[in-house]
Amino acid sequence: MKQLFVFIRKEFYHVFRDPRTLLIMFGLPLVQIILFGFALTSEVKNAHIFISDNAQDVQTTQIIQKIKSSSYFSVEEAVIGNKKIESILRRGNTRCVLIFPPNFGNDLLHTGKAQVQIIADGSDPNTAKTIINYLTSIISEYQHQVYSTASLPFQIIPETRMLYNEEGNGSLNYIPGVMALILMIVCTALTSVSIVKEKELGTMEVLLVSPFKPVMVLISKAVPYLLLSLVNFTFILLLSVFVLDVEIKGNLSLLFFESTLFIITCLSFGLLISNTTNSQQTALLLSMMGMMLPTIIFTGFLFPLENMPLIFRLISNLVPAKWYFTIIKCVMLKGLGFQYVWKETLVLIGMTIFLLTVSLKNFKIRLQ
Amino acid sequence: MKRISFILQKEFRQIFRDKTILVMMFAVPTIQLIIIPQAINFDVKNINISVVDLDHSSFSQKLISKIGSSGYFRIVSADLSYRQALKHIEKEEADLVMEIPVGFERNLVREGAQKIGISVDAINGTKATIGYAYLNSIIAEFNTGLDINQVELSGNHSMAGIIEIEYSNWFNPMAEYKYYIVPGVLVLLLTMIGGFITALNIVREKEAGTIEQINVTPIKKWEFILGKLIPFWIIGMIVFSVGLIVCWLVYGIVSVGSMALLYLIAAVYMIALLGFGLLISTFSDSQVQAMFVAFFFIMIFILMSGLFTSVESMPSWARAISNLTPTTHFMKIVRMIMMKGSGLTDLKIELYYIIAFAFGLNGWAIWNYKKTS
Amino acid sequence: MEEKAIICKDLTKQFGGFYAVSNISFEVNRGEIFGFLGANGAGKTTAMRILCGLSFPTSGEATVAGFNVYNQQESIKKNIGYMSQKFSLYENLSIMENIEFFGGVYGLSRPEIKERSNKLVEDLGLKKEAKKMVGGLPLGWKQKLAFSVAIFHRPKIVFLDEPTGGVDPVTRRQFWDMIYDAAASGITIFVTTHYMDEAEYCNRVSIMVDGRLEALDTPGNLKKRFSSDSMDEVFYNLARRALRKDD
Repeated sequence: MKQLFVFIRKEFYHVFRDPRTLLIMFGLPLVQIILFGFALTSEVKNAHIFISDNAQDVQTTQIIQKIKSSSYFSVEEAVIGNKKIESILRRGNTRCVLIFPPNFGNDLLHTGKAQVQIIADGSDPNTAKTIINYLTSIISEYQHQVYSTASLPFQIIPETRMLYNEEGNGSLNYIPGVMALILMIVCTALTSVSIVKEKELGTMEVLLVSPFKPVMVLISKAVPYLLLSLVNFTFILLLSVFVLDVEIKGNLSLLFFESTLFIITCLSFGLLISNTTNSQQTALLLSMMGMMLPTIIFTGFLFPLENMPLIFRLISNLVPAKWYFTIIKCVMLKGLGFQYVWKETLVLIGMTIFLLTVSLKNFKIRLQ
Repeated sequence: MKRISFILQKEFRQIFRDKTILVMMFAVPTIQLIIIPQAINFDVKNINISVVDLDHSSFSQKLISKIGSSGYFRIVSADLSYRQALKHIEKEEADLVMEIPVGFERNLVREGAQKIGISVDAINGTKATIGYAYLNSIIAEFNTGLDINQVELSGNHSMAGIIEIEYSNWFNPMAEYKYYIVPGVLVLLLTMIGGFITALNIVREKEAGTIEQINVTPIKKWEFILGKLIPFWIIGMIVFSVGLIVCWLVYGIVSVGSMALLYLIAAVYMIALLGFGLLISTFSDSQVQAMFVAFFFIMIFILMSGLFTSVESMPSWARAISNLTPTTHFMKIVRMIMMKGSGLTDLKIELYYIIAFAFGLNGWAIWNYKKTS
Repeated sequence: MEEKAIICKDLTKQFGGFYAVSNISFEVNRGEIFGFLGANGAGKTTAMRILCGLSFPTSGEATVAGFNVYNQQESIKKNIGYMSQKFSLYENLSIMENIEFFGGVYGLSRPEIKERSNKLVEDLGLKKEAKKMVGGLPLGWKQKLAFSVAIFHRPKIVFLDEPTGGVDPVTRRQFWDMIYDAAASGITIFVTTHYMDEAEYCNRVSIMVDGRLEALDTPGNLKKRFSSDSMDEVFYNLARRALRKDD
């Protein structure tokens, strides 16, 4: 038993002595939380649009003013010919060109109808769509304001509640996403590398020849990273609460229980990776570069899972991070209890047992 | 001069002997390039909504069927109470709940205004806001289309001033997301390869002690560095080409603009990335360290590059940081060339940035690398 | 006047407040086998690294093959060979490929390399293994190979850092035969070791203790001076006063 503690302490020393490991453990989640919380957004803001006002009358000026005063756009104005439109869009900084024809105001007054042309840079289709929508709604608003003398006598008024997110904190989705991603990658990487390093150095054989059972060796590798990952998890929690003002709605102990479970899953996965290779380089590349995108995609925190083709939705069920993500969302952000997540928990437990069994067997075989 | 040929010979021999790394460098990006764009789809459709219709009037049913046939929503349940509907949100089966109160139709006709309750699962902000916006516009349309309102409207001749908006999407008429994301993923993969592999390779030599052996020979600094950069640069360009072929075979995406320009800029970008890997290796003593530092920065590069979210929407401090990463500029360039056929003059500024990075990163790395400590 | 292979005067290397090498002065003659002894942590490797141009001294002077260690390192490197503690050959290259690489790096032409390498593998008895990966070789062979590669370009001086670690006495003896052959052909040998019996094989030895040079003479004279029968005893008498335990 005491031997176990010695090993565990040694691993702790390794980690804390090296500022770069700390960088990954704490710097990475910190940066991600800040970026997702404050910098990254799928909303459209400051979109650069170009307005070519060929009419220059009262109406167009009013509309342009309205557009300028919205926070969505950053407007550049000039009268340009049609030929220049393409080169402006090709230049890459402008998202769309809004063109008022020369008789805009007159047409509106005398015939009751006028046209406006929007040419959008469709290379980013979502942003283009959103921009067109915004412009359309601004113009419709203008239309109603100035020309609807009668407002609709009968109005349906939607009254909205934003659930779980009363402050309207952008998207909270990413917090459980970051947790899943960081734990998955860091835990797996650290564990697999730690084992492979010993293999590379040859000290693994020394350990295995000792009176320690192989299982004990592995446990001694796993425990420090288990504890460190829990610290990591707590760190992300604290960040969410204090930097992002997010309230933890659910049961803390449930949260920790589930996280511990997930960490063990990641550790087993790290173990599996370490079995497949004797080179640190491969272990590192696999657990970091190889896992990064799949984890991001298949947890569903950045891209909605429902939109993916069936086969990917099936694959995502094989990714432990996906289940953990759902659990955390439900418990931490929605405040739900165990009865809502027991299914997911069971899945995680099953995956862990499977991973552990496979890797332990593999580990023993390699010793023979 | 001759020395470089010996160095390159050794490097290539070592690279090709390490089958695992070769596989990783080619297979992993290719697989990810095939899988990821198919998995990513930002189109918001199939928003799940639970409806609670306490009125069961012709108005409420018309509204509900309008929502259901809009193509944006999927009505997952018709519940008897708000509490019941809420469970669907808790179980992640619904994104929104709409509650039509008792007496909806009657109150609307009699008193002229009637509220509807909408509850949005605001944890998934994107889906929520978009779904809510769609719902609002459907309700507004429904509002305008109500018989009672139509009568009023058609009788009112001063209802003049209809502005017709004609819009078109250039460069991507069908507004397909894949044209946007596939080049992005290609850039992403190239970035990961370039950044990680060089750093790991050099640090590996450090760990093995063979760097010391090199330092003791008359090999010049620039010879050593070139000897590391050239093989990986070649591999990087090959990976890029394989990626382009995958884009064409799997997605039917071919560059609209000049391939030569694309390759030229990719070549410079690759040099910048390798310089980055080189720089990291000068600061690291172990592979784990190198990987961690590289991963930290590359993760930032990727998130800030405009791959998934747009750079303009970022607050100004974030935009400044984004401009300080080479990936942002390359991402823009690749998209511009491949989708819009932009030319050299259009890309001048981004290209300058990348060239600056190539010089800056490599210069720093070379300065930092000391044969004598 | 015979040019000295290595000249050191008050050479010092300081790391913060710690003096790894403290004011050492000595000279090595051409063609000499010079043993640079000391316990682990005495500063041998640090001193050697300075002489190889791998590290800058904090103060003092040193010239190697007539070039000074402050600003003529590249010239030094052209004229020396080096074998590090880890043997530093590329494990995933074959014997021939390793020889080819280092030969080319030191400026030998391809025909020259071909000729010399064929002779080398024959002399070492490794002709059949020439295409095998170095990583798969037993330690003794790796050692001999590393030494051969270090003198492949016929440098003026070769530096050996603990070259015989971990091998059996027979192999060590064979290794020293190779060293004698190299010295006979005019190469100066600068070897560090903590095997005191190997000290007997050297023309002269120096003993470093705690960063300082505590003794410099032929083995015979040192034994007389310290009234010892073996270099082991000489060393023990000097080193037990040492304060530093680890390199």
